[in-house]
Amino acid sequence: MVDVNLWSTFVAPFSEYAFMRSALVACMALAVASGPLGTLLLLRRMGLVGDVLSHAVMPGAAVGFAFAGSALAVLSIGGLITGIAVVLLMILGTRFGAQREDASLAAFYFASIGVGVLIVSLRGTNLDLMHVLLGTVLAIDVPALALIVAIASVVIAVLALIFRPLAIQSFDPAFLRTMGGSDSTYRAIFLVLVVLDLVAGFQAFGTLLAGVPLLLPAAAARCWAQRIGPLVGVSIGFGAAAGYAGLLVSYHLNVPSGPAIACAAALIYAVSALVSASRMLVTALNATKPT
Amino acid sequence: MVSYRKDRRHETAEQMSEPSNRDATGRRLGEIRRPCVTLRGLTVGYRERVAIEAVSGVFAAGSLTAIVGVNGAGKTTLLHAIAGLIAPRQGSVEIAGTETPADLAYLPQSDSIDRDFPISVLEFAALGGWARIGALGRVPPELRSRGLSALQAVGLEQVAGRMLGDLSMGQFRRALFARVIVQDAAIVLLDEPFAGVDAATSEDLLRLMQRWHGEGRTVMVALHDLEQVLAIFPETVLLARKAIAWGETATALMPEKLVEAGLAAPSSGAGPRLRLAMPS
Repeated sequence: MVDVNLWSTFVAPFSEYAFMRSALVACMALAVASGPLGTLLLLRRMGLVGDVLSHAVMPGAAVGFAFAGSALAVLSIGGLITGIAVVLLMILGTRFGAQREDASLAAFYFASIGVGVLIVSLRGTNLDLMHVLLGTVLAIDVPALALIVAIASVVIAVLALIFRPLAIQSFDPAFLRTMGGSDSTYRAIFLVLVVLDLVAGFQAFGTLLAGVPLLLPAAAARCWAQRIGPLVGVSIGFGAAAGYAGLLVSYHLNVPSGPAIACAAALIYAVSALVSASRMLVTALNATKPT
Repeated sequence: MVSYRKDRRHETAEQMSEPSNRDATGRRLGEIRRPCVTLRGLTVGYRERVAIEAVSGVFAAGSLTAIVGVNGAGKTTLLHAIAGLIAPRQGSVEIAGTETPADLAYLPQSDSIDRDFPISVLEFAALGGWARIGALGRVPPELRSRGLSALQAVGLEQVAGRMLGDLSMGQFRRALFARVIVQDAAIVLLDEPFAGVDAATSEDLLRLMQRWHGEGRTVMVALHDLEQVLAIFPETVLLARKAIAWGETATALMPEKLVEAGLAAPSSGAGPRLRLAMPS
């Protein structure tokens, strides 16, 4: 009896409904690609950049929507174009250094949301706007799933090739350069990978939440792991767990799934941060205790 | 590359077997000094600011040279230009006798490295082997023992397994030296390697640096302590945007040169240890 309940609570939603399975597979693929990317992003202290790039996808996706309705391929290509355009602007901006990076990032952030929302509103309904902003993970069909899995595979393959230089660059870029590595090339490749990952996450999570699988699991992993390998592994695990838990909650409580997954990821992060804070507190108390 | 490295090893052994056959600067007598790093009218700038201007000179192979000057005189810029970290605006840097990036080791100022990065002390030292392994190469098993023996040489073998972020400033500087040891480069550039460390660490690191000099490597060091420069460095470049003096240390640090470089007050004539620039 208990077994039947467990089954119907935790497994049946996925075994009975193809759209739940697709959503779950999409979340897993995103978690696998986002774990290492997010870990490197945070080690480079570029969390804000990840956030900004997730919004940079929006204007292009909005233009795609205006021309082609909700055809995912068109939305994705549009998002990819504006995302990469923003990456280029960021690289040029740091090269010529007219502005401090965080100032220009803030400008990109707000401009992207503003332009994107305007374009979608001109052509679509409020519901369309909600879909672009928050995603429709339960509407992922087989072509969309193929796109997400393909992007995730490309991200993982490229990361595997350049993981060492990316890791070194994130803490000692001068060393990489004296060894003949090109700083700006690796930086550009990395940012393009981030954009690709965000484009893959766009259908599931929308532009507002596309950064969730990228940033939250990696941030939570830092409370549990010290070494870079375990950091990546724990990030992937947390990302997958948040996807699974969020989908279950959205199924049983009939709430939107993207936000539910975001809440699950945020909860994992909150618990991790609390555990690590209390661990530090215990260490501090032990240190002050007279021996 | 292999033949070149063998050459240097050979030279090293010869030097060690004939310690008497050397002059006061640690150079073998009668040795014809091949130019190693040649600067011709080197001008380097950042945006509108010119950091060093029209610097010309030669660092001979096997030389040990101090680069001194007030803060902002261009010491780090000069090292960056030699290491290829910044492109010259005018002029050139020519490096003879090196064939791969591995032949030039650059030890940066500590604040240019994010020490919170999750890497162990041993892994950090082993990064010195990067140039021979690269992004995709297999990590040779002997790299581990090379890293460990480098850590032993700098006195960090006890903390090999700890994280880089757990080290004190002095220990971190030792770890940087260990990475240079693993890299085993013919040219070694050190940017303020002794700033902000205690006397014992400073002494240990100086000894390592002198050992590199003894092994025939070309060593250039940006530093502040003029007494150290006078005591240890055969040659000195005195920088104040331009090269005020370049040559034997005693000559380069003449009082009037120090005044010109802003390292001594014009009125007093008490010799070269006048007003030392504050370490940054």
